[in-house]
Amino acid sequence: MPAKTQRVNDLSWMIGGPQGSGVDSSANAFARACAHAGLDVFGKREYYSNIKGEHSYFTVRAASRVIRSHIDDVHLLATFDAETAFRHVREVVDDGAIIYDPSLARTKLSDIPTIEPRLKGDLKTYLIARGVGETLDDLLTTAKQRGVTLVPVPYNDILEQIADEFKVDALSKIARMINMLAVGASLGLVGLEFDYTVQALNDVFRGRKATVDMNASGARKGYDLAKALAPDFSYRLERMARKEPRLFLTGSQAGALGKLYGGLRVQTYYPITPASDESEFLEANEILQLDGHGAAEAEDSAFLKEKDASVLVVQTEDEIAAITMAIGAALTGARSATATSGPGFCLMMEGIGYASINEVPVVITLYQRAGPSTGMPTRHEQGDLRFALHAGHGDSPRIILASGDFEEMIRDGLLSFNYAERYQMPVIHMVDKALANNSGTVAFPQLTDLRIDRGRLLADGNGFGPEHPYHRFELGENPVSPRAVIGQHGTLFWNTGDEHDETGHITEDPVLRDLMMEKREAKLQLAAKEIPDSVKYHYFGAKDAETVIVSWGSTKGPLLDALDRLLAEKESVGFLQLRLLNPFPTEAVMAHLAKAKRRVDVEMNFGAQLGGLVRERTGVDLTHTILKYNGRPMSNSELHDAIKAIIRNQAPRRTVLTHGA
Amino acid sequence: MALEQVLKPQDYATEVHNDWCPGCGDFGILRTIQMALAELKLDPYRVAMVSGIGCSAKTIHYIKTYGVHTLHGRVLPVAQGIKLANPNLEVVAVGGDGDGMGIGGAHFVNAGRRNLDMLYILHDNGVYGLTKGQAAPTLKLGVQTKSLAHPNINDAINPIWLALAAGATWVGRGYSYDVKHLKDLIVQGIRHKGYAFLDVLQPCPTYNDINTKEWDGGEDRSEQNGGRPLPRVYKLDGQGWDPVVHEPMEIEAKAKQALAKALEWGDRIPIGVFYNNEHVPDMGERIRQRIPTYYQKPPAEQRIAGPNGEPLTDLTKLFERLTVQPTA
Repeated sequence: MPAKTQRVNDLSWMIGGPQGSGVDSSANAFARACAHAGLDVFGKREYYSNIKGEHSYFTVRAASRVIRSHIDDVHLLATFDAETAFRHVREVVDDGAIIYDPSLARTKLSDIPTIEPRLKGDLKTYLIARGVGETLDDLLTTAKQRGVTLVPVPYNDILEQIADEFKVDALSKIARMINMLAVGASLGLVGLEFDYTVQALNDVFRGRKATVDMNASGARKGYDLAKALAPDFSYRLERMARKEPRLFLTGSQAGALGKLYGGLRVQTYYPITPASDESEFLEANEILQLDGHGAAEAEDSAFLKEKDASVLVVQTEDEIAAITMAIGAALTGARSATATSGPGFCLMMEGIGYASINEVPVVITLYQRAGPSTGMPTRHEQGDLRFALHAGHGDSPRIILASGDFEEMIRDGLLSFNYAERYQMPVIHMVDKALANNSGTVAFPQLTDLRIDRGRLLADGNGFGPEHPYHRFELGENPVSPRAVIGQHGTLFWNTGDEHDETGHITEDPVLRDLMMEKREAKLQLAAKEIPDSVKYHYFGAKDAETVIVSWGSTKGPLLDALDRLLAEKESVGFLQLRLLNPFPTEAVMAHLAKAKRRVDVEMNFGAQLGGLVRERTGVDLTHTILKYNGRPMSNSELHDAIKAIIRNQAPRRTVLTHGA
Repeated sequence: MALEQVLKPQDYATEVHNDWCPGCGDFGILRTIQMALAELKLDPYRVAMVSGIGCSAKTIHYIKTYGVHTLHGRVLPVAQGIKLANPNLEVVAVGGDGDGMGIGGAHFVNAGRRNLDMLYILHDNGVYGLTKGQAAPTLKLGVQTKSLAHPNINDAINPIWLALAAGATWVGRGYSYDVKHLKDLIVQGIRHKGYAFLDVLQPCPTYNDINTKEWDGGEDRSEQNGGRPLPRVYKLDGQGWDPVVHEPMEIEAKAKQALAKALEWGDRIPIGVFYNNEHVPDMGERIRQRIPTYYQKPPAEQRIAGPNGEPLTDLTKLFERLTVQPTA
């Protein structure tokens, strides 16, 4: 019998440690153990722009229902260094627990070089206020005083036992295993059967049996040690009866999968955090499988014969080359894209203008991170909306689509290519660091409704040739001209960054200039008309709500989680998630905001960029903004509280969220 | 790719009005490209001419093949994108010296690393023509062309050296007033399996009043030659000069020989092939080793959708790898 009431299957777990010590693998193992047990899992990764030594941490939430975001509270903090405990102790709830290394008890706060002076000062004040010294032991004492369970794990002793058991001659060779001991101890404390840990280790160390065995042995020792405390711990994980398989994804993988499904055949990139992961995943999976679905019924013999697919991933010398090389590839008919983050996107704008004036279908996946300039390369922000809208000189139409979760990332990968080809212009697919680095379980995405639309792409044997010359930029009723590709018989054309005539040669003729400008702009109007509402936006929550939240991108996760709570609290709240940001869904936004008493803009930037855009495109002023720009994604708890305060008329017009270490 | 019917050089000409200055060295390059395309019997529908920005960049508008006039400095990445996505196309890039050595410098050096099977022709005249005569990266230190307020304060890049250092596997120099010789070089450069770089001395009659056609031709030195001009430009061919790397072991010797020859300037300016090495696998071959079907099914020629737009890419195996199966 448990000694007290336990909260079952709703856990917020955190592990931290120096970068390079395996924090990510350990979090991956913990999350996968929970997933194998049938739980839903959400993971959030935080790290410095550093290779080894700086503090990184990973939060995993495991629950019996879909979770899309983190909360401020930590129920179980797993540490194997002193820094993690110092940094995160105050996030641990009173009935939570801290796993720690007792051999570090004497470590002083002032001895930890990687904690910033600001935080050190803050922690010192905290410790002095509680009348204790500055060692880890002192710190943990304060936690214990407020009820936190302390779980000492003598990592070195366990490592020595493992070294004996597996005949390892030097302890340093297995030092990295410490993080798996912490995972074992964590899972022991929450009482999840050990088998799941072994399965998770098999996932993490795929195919390396010796490594799995050794880590399993270590994890088991940690597990057994903590298990004794499980009955008294307030949080418990239990396996759930669940049969259907789910995907365990990161956002970077979702981004890559969507592009592949959409027919990506050339991806260029220059290394940049956090965008590179997508390209690396693509490169590792460059040989593609083709689907036979429909083949039997297909009368089209070319379709039946189609095999041997691949995606070519090219690492370029810079982002200027990345965008221009992708443009070159797109001109041959291959669906082509690049992926980048803020500083790289800065270098792409001349190329984007070029794609716009030459009506080249190219996709740029923009993984936003904290700017300006180098900013905080590994931290999160949604600060590039205005930039993406206006990147480049002159009026250069482009489509901007923003994804809010993994499934949208997959679907939007395909849609971005469709729109790029249908409207013959660059598409900027906006995602961000939080989405890229989040991980978790998702239901198998239902993609069967998706179709590839190549727009007015000329077929071979189109009748063009010397007698009937092709005009790439033909001016006609339809602002979208039939598109030929380089190498397609009969269809010579020219491109230039200069203003051009119908064939693509340079012109400075004022009449032609007007016609070409208007043609390009008209395509955007056409897109606004044709793109369905189901892509333009989603609305969640109460119909005709008193309070309507407007947001975009990865805030969707914490907002939906916060919305669930607010609706359960009988608040009249709705959430309008804008997905198509250019052309802007003016009518839909006006319709959803018209009756709302409170209109709340939520976004991860300083300047309330979407709020300004809404005002510009609709004339509607948002009554409140909830912003965050400290580089850490919004938690659903802080969002819930901030929205609640607005509903109660206790909030100023502008609320800035600050949570996160 | 070769045509059965015979096309003449003028068949590769468009009707676009040519607005280069009278006497411009670009005319020679344009004509020789058209001659080379005809000689190689290249199907216009299988050729992409790509250019940067500047006077040289207009070249592609005058040639009746696919023509992509790109951004300042970006001729190489666009050309490479075309070639990588469809290696079955013939791709020729042209650009100015400012375009290639200045604003496009990073692309110039990285093109060598890739050794993609294409030709890049550099219009080398020492000045930025279209912006009215500023010093280009190929203008020598201390030279004062007529639009400069002061003698050039920067020294010149040696394009031959830079191309060799970057890894170009065929490096040549031509002279735009020696049409037949230049045409032969362009033909060789297109035929070369790998990245071919051709530096073309192309006097700008409007803004470079130092390195002129007359200077190249040595008209100022007739006194030393019994009243006849003593040309500065001379051909490497037929003087026991062999730029070809016949065996990989010759790479060092041939590269050294090319580098030494490329230092010559002033009274003696060599034109011809400096270096020719086909022992380095080109980018297409490197890709084929990873993607065996690259040439048969390059990115541009893959079908991505079924008859009703069904996505053909099958994610099943990737999804399998990313699946967690509850084991309760």
